Formats: sequence, C-alpha cells, structure tokens
Amino acid sequence: MFFYILKRILATIPVMVIVAIFVFLLLRLTPGDPAAILAGDAATPAQLERIRDSLGLNDPLLVQFGTWMGQLLRGDLGTSLLSNTSVAGMIGDRLGPTLNIALMTIVISVALAVPMGVIAAWRHRSWVDFLVMSFSVLGFSVPVFVIGYILIQIFAIDLKWVPVQGYKSPTDGIGPFFSRAILPSLTLATIYIALIARMTRASMLEVLGEDYIRTARAKGVRENVVLFRHALRNAAVPILTIIGTGFALLISGVVVTESVFNIPGIGRLTVDAILARDYPVIQAMILLTAGIYVTVNLLIDISYSFFDPRIRY
Amino acid sequence: MEFKSKDFTDAKRVLKIRGLTVGLTGRPNADPVLRGIDLDIRAGETHCLVGESGSGKSVTSLTAMGLLPKDALEIQGGSIDLEGIEITQAKPAQMRALRARRIAMIFQEPMTALNPVLRVGEQIEEVLNMHSDLSRAEARARTIDMMEQVHLPDVERIYAAFPHQLSGGQRQRIMIAMALILDPDLLIADEPTTALDVTTQLQILKLISEMQERHGTAVLFITHDMGVVAEIADTVSVMQKGRIVESAPIRQLLTAPKEDYTRKLLQAVPNLDPRAPRAPAEARDVITVDGLEMTYGGGGFFRASQGVRAARDVNFTIQPGRTLGIVGESGSGKSTVARAIMRLIDPTAGKVTVAGTEIAKLSRRQLQPHRKHFQIVFQDPYRSLNPRWTVARSLCEGPINFGTSRADAMEHAAELMELVELPRDALDRYPHQFSGGQRQRIAIARAVAMKPDLLVADEAVSALDVSVQAQVLHLLDDVQEKFGIAMLFITHDLRVAAQICDEVLVMQKGVVVEHGPAGEVLAAPRHDYTRNLIEAAPGRLWDFANFRALDRTAPATGATL
Repeated sequence: MFFYILKRILATIPVMVIVAIFVFLLLRLTPGDPAAILAGDAATPAQLERIRDSLGLNDPLLVQFGTWMGQLLRGDLGTSLLSNTSVAGMIGDRLGPTLNIALMTIVISVALAVPMGVIAAWRHRSWVDFLVMSFSVLGFSVPVFVIGYILIQIFAIDLKWVPVQGYKSPTDGIGPFFSRAILPSLTLATIYIALIARMTRASMLEVLGEDYIRTARAKGVRENVVLFRHALRNAAVPILTIIGTGFALLISGVVVTESVFNIPGIGRLTVDAILARDYPVIQAMILLTAGIYVTVNLLIDISYSFFDPRIRY
Repeated sequence: MEFKSKDFTDAKRVLKIRGLTVGLTGRPNADPVLRGIDLDIRAGETHCLVGESGSGKSVTSLTAMGLLPKDALEIQGGSIDLEGIEITQAKPAQMRALRARRIAMIFQEPMTALNPVLRVGEQIEEVLNMHSDLSRAEARARTIDMMEQVHLPDVERIYAAFPHQLSGGQRQRIMIAMALILDPDLLIADEPTTALDVTTQLQILKLISEMQERHGTAVLFITHDMGVVAEIADTVSVMQKGRIVESAPIRQLLTAPKEDYTRKLLQAVPNLDPRAPRAPAEARDVITVDGLEMTYGGGGFFRASQGVRAARDVNFTIQPGRTLGIVGESGSGKSTVARAIMRLIDPTAGKVTVAGTEIAKLSRRQLQPHRKHFQIVFQDPYRSLNPRWTVARSLCEGPINFGTSRADAMEHAAELMELVELPRDALDRYPHQFSGGQRQRIAIARAVAMKPDLLVADEAVSALDVSVQAQVLHLLDDVQEKFGIAMLFITHDLRVAAQICDEVLVMQKGVVVEHGPAGEVLAAPRHDYTRNLIEAAPGRLWDFANFRALDRTAPATGATL
C-alpha cells in the first residue's frame, strides 16, 4: 500500500513537468514577439525592452526555462501585467471562494444524488426511477446560467430568503457565508446531481443483479442493509470516478456561476485575464487547474483500494 | 455400491409443496415455468432435485426462499408449507425472519455468492446481528465456533480475510457456516459443488452430511450430477420442463426408473470405463510438445517476485485421428498448456511443433500463416461467439482471412452446418437464437472450417447438460474420424476423459504426474494423485446407463440396454 501511494505520487511529477513545459512554450512559441504580446498594442519600445528584460527573453531558451522553473518551484508565478501585483497573491485571494463553493457543491451533489441513484436502482422501472431519470435529463440539458437566474428569481427576489449576489468568507460567520453560497452551489450542483445519480443508478443496477445480493437476502438481511452495506460499496468505484472528475471539472468550470452570482473567485479571475491577455495569470491558471486534476485523480485512485480490498498494487 | 436406505416416513415433515405453479409476471396466459410441483422433505432427509438446465430446479428453490425476482416471475398457484407457515402468503418482513432461522440456502458459485468487499467473518456474523440480540463479543465467539465446526483452518486469520483470499473449498465452507449458524430446519443447496474440483467436492459433500447428521437438518439438494445424487440422496425427484416427472427413493430410481425421461437422463451419464484406444490414422506426429514451460508474472519494479510456474517440462505428441486428454483440477496448469500451444500466451520455454513448424518462438506476424493448422473450442459457448455476428459470418471469417473466396467460404459453411446437424438456414441467425448445445456445435463448425490438423477443446463440454454433452462428444468423434484431426482435450471430468481420450496426461500444480493410454491411467493409476482423483469421482462404482453396479471384471462397452 505504501509503495503504491509512493509510486502514484512519483508518477504525478512527469505529468506536472510536461504541463509546465507546455505552459512555458505557450508564450515563447506564439508567433511574434512575446514581449509585444504581453505589452499590448500601445506599448512603447522602452516598455517592450523592459518586459523582454524582465522575462529574460534575450537568454537562450533552455536558460529561460531553467529560470522560469526555478521561480515556479519557489512559488513565484510572475507578476500580473494588468494589476502589476504578484500572480500567486492574486490567486491566493481568489482560490478561497472558489474552493468553498466547489466543496459545498460536491457535498450537496453527493448527499442528494447517491440516495437518489440507489433508490432509483432499487425501485427499477417504477415511478421513483422515472422521476429520478427525468430530473437527470433536465439537469443535463438546462444551461447553468438559466438555472442560476431561475433560482435567484425564486429564492432571492420573490421569497427574499437569501441575498441576490455576493460572497462572504466562512470566517465572517457561517450564516452570511451559507446564505450567499447556497444558490451558486445549488446551481452548480444540478448537473452533478444528474451525473452522479445516473452513474449511481447504473452501477447499483449492475451490482443488485449479483449473486452476493441474493445471498444477503437469503440471510434475511433488511433491504436498507442490502442496499447500503452490501451493494453500494461494491458499486462505489465508478461513482467515485465521476465524483472525482466532477470536482476537478467544477474548479475549472465555475466561470459562469461566478459571473452570475458575482463571486470573486478564480473563475472570474481567469475570464478577466483572458480578456486582458494577462499571460502570467493565464499560465498560472493552467498550472493550477492541471495540479488540481492530478491531485484529485491521485486521491480517487488511492481511495479505490479503501472501498474494494481486491484492488491492491 | 452402497446407497442410503433410511426410511423417513415417520420423521417430521419440514417442507410440503403442493401444486406450485410459477409463471412470468403479469402474463397469466404464457407458458408457466413451474407447472404444479409436489414435493415433501422430512427432517434429516436429503432430497435431490435433478434435471437439466431450464427444468425449473432453481426456480423451485428460490420460490421456497421467497426470493423470486418479482419483476420477472410470480407464483400463480399452489402452496408451500414450511412447518405450518404458508410461504406463498408470507409478507416480506415475515419471510426475512424465516430466512437463516428456519430455511437457509447455499449457492453454486461461492466466489460470486460472497460479498467481495466485506470480510468473511463479518458476513457470517451479520446473520447473528440480523436475527439475534447477541452482543458483539458473543456473536464473534459464535462465528468463530461455527467456522471451526465447518473445519476451516486458522479461523482467526480467515475471519478477517476477504473472499478472494480464500480457496473455492474454503469459500463454500464459509457459505455453509453462514447458512447453518442459526440451525435452520431446511437447507437448500443449489448446485453447491458444481464449481469445485472433485476432491474439494467430496470434502464439501462430507461436510454437508456431517452437519446434517449433527443438527437433523432436512436438505433439498439441487444438482445435475447423477454421480453426486448416487452418493448423497435418500430420495430423488426428476424435473423436466417445470414438472416433476418421477420421484422415488434413490435405489429404486437408479435401478428401476419408471419414466422414459429418467431412463434417458441416466443413460446419458458417461461411466468411468475408458474407451479402447484407436490406432492413429497416419503414423506421424501432428503436434510435438517438448519441455514446455510457462511462468506467469515475475520481476516487478519495487520488489522482485518469483512468478507462478503454471506448467513445467510438459512433453507429448499426438497423431492424426487420436485424442490426448489433459486432466487435472483447477490450477493444475491444463488450460495454460492449451493456451501456450494455441499461442494465446507466449510460453516461457520449450518447443511446440505443429504440422512440421516450430511455433513456440514465432512472432505474431510469423505465426499468422500457421494459425489455420490449429484451432480451439472454448468452454462457454455463450461467450465464445460474437453476439452481433450471424453464424455465417463467424464461420466464414477465418477461411476468408486465409484467401478463400466469399462464395466458396459460404458453400463450405453450409456443408459444415450439415456436418454438425444444424439446419442450413441457421447460417443467417445469431448466436442467441440457439441453445447451449447448438452453440457449441457452431463453435466446433467454426474451428473445423479452417481445416485444422489439431483441434484443442478446452473444457468444451463442461458447460453442457449430460444429454447434450453426450451428443457433442459424439460429434467431436465424428469430425475427428472424418478429417483425421488430432485432438487435445482439456477436462476436469474423468468420466468425459474416459469417453473420448485415447491417451491421458494427468497434471497437478503445473507438473505432469502421469501419462499413458487412457485404459491404463484410469483403470490402474500408478500415481497417488491420479488415484485420489478417481476415488473422489462421485458415483464411480455405479453404471448409470445400465442401471446396475459397475462390473470391474468386464468393462461395459457403453450405453446399451
């Protein structure tokens, strides 16, 4: 087990290095002068020279890469061209809201979707199953911003239960955080509820046909124990995979929700950076997203062996 | 041979089934699956339910357990009386309370019947948690005690083990412990030894009868294996197409069966007397295997491992028109040898010469032109044919790959259909439209379509009912005679080996322990392991086909009346 985890951690290093090389080349291999791209259309020759200097663009490519990697490893992600502040600092400020919303979304999704999927599989082809599947199709097909605006209309404007927009950190009190985070989380969650419920149902349907489920019933085990102790754990691996990829996608896919609900997270940071061609920020965001994907996948892979003792490496 | 002969008429009746009819859910006019079953089982009695696949044996047992799949099957009439409780009317909660306490069940495949992600000890203990108020410590002690009763070794370690860490026999012992821990009145055993090796089967049968004697349990034993029936049954019911056609004490059924169907079923049971060896069609070797070795695994990045030596120093030759059988239990390496010869796996060492070419070390590309010389038929005809292809396409693919024109291949395919006794229009149909036996015929036709010199049959009749098995063995014989094919026949079933092999090779743990003419190896085994295998074969002293004990001095010639 220890060797397996070690092996998996070591295996993430080449992935991250390849991503880093790609990000590095992104700027250097773009046609034209990177400095000109960075500086924008209205730059003076002096500004260009300053940028070239700060990026070390006059050095050989390998030296540039070495310098850049060295900075990366020290946590120095460069300076934003737009605000002239440290990129690491900017992301640090914005990561909290995004992560909090993402976590809340995943918790809501799993808490609702897994029981929904289990019950749909248990009562296969009944009206409950039909209801869950219908919701699932709806969750897939309605765009996120539509759901967001509908939820705002109902809960914020008509019922006035929660504020329309904005964000408060949990450190400012759980109540204010929760009232502002619940709508964006629900909005984001619809598609993941649909996805996870579907996967849970499919996986459970397969497991419920297995011989050991019949054995459990033959022992006189109660149905809820059959479902949650005997079946769900066997059905867990595909569900975990979906939750893992879902979480990673969530981090990179919060752009729309953050815009709709005016949350100062990394989604909006990315949009702003792309619109302003703020390359250092874009580079940092690609690295961060890749890092999150790799980490989540690592955790999911390791968690498989916790759910299924046959998975030993 | 000795049969059980105890009279149970005075014993307490545990299960009484009358007129039980089960049909497809929501379709009262469709053909029922069970048509008026009557069955009685008394305390201490072992009642065997025999019949071919699809006869309704398992449905009968699942109905008694109240475990019918509701959306597929439903009870349409009759009664099931378990010591005064009417099971057909029982509510789910009532039924749950009966299971494990009054009526328990063990299943065919102990690997899939146990939950792979829970420790086996916990799975036994769960029965106690569901049905009693024992404390954790008491439940655990009871579980450990029960595990000892079923003779599991090293119970503390096995308690904490997962199913995949145990052997097949150990897993079935766990199932038995689980079924009997609350001392039920009726145990239903649905083919509990079919997936096990013969020596393990013998141990499990002994264990079941030991537990039965100790607790006076009534046992409903479902099986298709007449040998097992002869060993354990007090009374037998024969099922066919949802009906019980004959019900009698064991001796009466085996010596003087009344019904035609019972006679037919018994006559299909091959006996253990080996066939007379046939002379080779030509005096040359189709295949020569020399020092074949196969080691799985080994190496490793962090920790070097030894690997598993699945086959060691295997040598044999087969001549045209002759059949060599490789027999052995699971894990003996018999299938490994078959796969290595087919080059489905790459042998670690040794030579395999087929039709004059050494193929053991050829690359995939070099091997391709030689593939047509050796063909294989697999065990499971449900999975070895592509479900989305017509029979014609499966049959023609190989010849077309080797340059036959489509028209010629189709014509040959039609001839092959005749050879395997299927109608010509079968060519346009899909595998799911055929029965298991018919599918195996198609699989044989597919192999023969390549006009091979060597046919490898890997447990090719093991998944079939005995009557179908006899027909398929017959077909293999015909094909072999017609084309002078050499055959390598892999089987765990000594009866089958006796029927079809000229020569037998016995493997144990990757090593060949005995090799010789079938007559010698099976009638006068020299190695202890071979002797154990033969002695473990249930019903080996009974000549089912002739309704009498086997006469050792004058070997029977086969199924004649």
